[in-house]
Amino acid sequence: MAQYQIYVTYKQGIFDPAGATAERALQQMEFDEVNSVRIGKYITLEVAGAADAATRARVETMCEKLLANPVIEDFRIEEAQE
Amino acid sequence: MTRQSGTIGIVVFPGSNCEQDVAYSCEQLGIATRYLWHGERDLGGCEALVLPGGFSYGDYLRCGAVARFSPVMEEVIRFAEAGRPVLGICNGFQILTEAHLLPGALIRNAGLKFICRNVALRVEASCDWLGLPQATVLHLPINHGEGNYYCDAATLEGLRDGTVGRVILRFCAEDGADLPEGSAPNGSLDAITGVSNAAGNVFGLMPHPDRAVDPRACHSTDGGAFFTTVLSSFSKVVS
Repeated sequence: MAQYQIYVTYKQGIFDPAGATAERALQQMEFDEVNSVRIGKYITLEVAGAADAATRARVETMCEKLLANPVIEDFRIEEAQE
Repeated sequence: MTRQSGTIGIVVFPGSNCEQDVAYSCEQLGIATRYLWHGERDLGGCEALVLPGGFSYGDYLRCGAVARFSPVMEEVIRFAEAGRPVLGICNGFQILTEAHLLPGALIRNAGLKFICRNVALRVEASCDWLGLPQATVLHLPINHGEGNYYCDAATLEGLRDGTVGRVILRFCAEDGADLPEGSAPNGSLDAITGVSNAAGNVFGLMPHPDRAVDPRACHSTDGGAFFTTVLSSFSKVVS
């Protein structure tokens, strides 16, 4: 079994209202050092088979087709370490 | 009452909640409808399809992302690619962008609010679903948390020159004037809230024409044009 961690985030330049709201709240809480907050999604995936190039290619296809929308989002795949 | 020939199919996903609004509005306009469940693979001979508003699959992952892979969507995509008319209202618009039948995407409103109110809209171009003159001002209700239209610069250019689609509706001031830049109620890029594909047969909009047909339910009856235009192209109206 292979495990992957997938991070899905808004592309640069796309306004993230959830992040902006958390950012303002932190600044109002006097965490003055906060410059920017961006909120994304974290997905864990367990798939049958070895964690090889073929499996990873299929995970990339899953991201492109469903888990992320390439029009607005970037994704990053990491293989989970045991 | 005149009854137009042709049946509009209303595609119902788990979590759709405006299918009855579409059916009721069409009934008021003398248009026959039938529901098509998300698991069906037969469009039942419908002449046009409407994907109604709601929260298909709980809006999980992204609005419309899961609905786009429902069995019925394979047929909807085939129907659309054959040049037949498909309309997406609100969540239906989100599903059509996720299916890449329409350019761009709908992201969370720029403000903090789910917006539910009546808005003024300006017709920018015509498509199979709307044949009103350019610059006509319409009033329809909006009701969404994720209706903020976005596309990249190349797609926006393609909407201007008609290569990837057309902007059909923009938010506007009551008198039809442009809103100041960046002041669309939901933050939409260029105040865009209705887009067709390049051929004009697929059309999506965030406002709800289905809630603006019966004068007892809404101050505006501007929604009727969206449903009657498409069928008039197929049918001779019989009385």
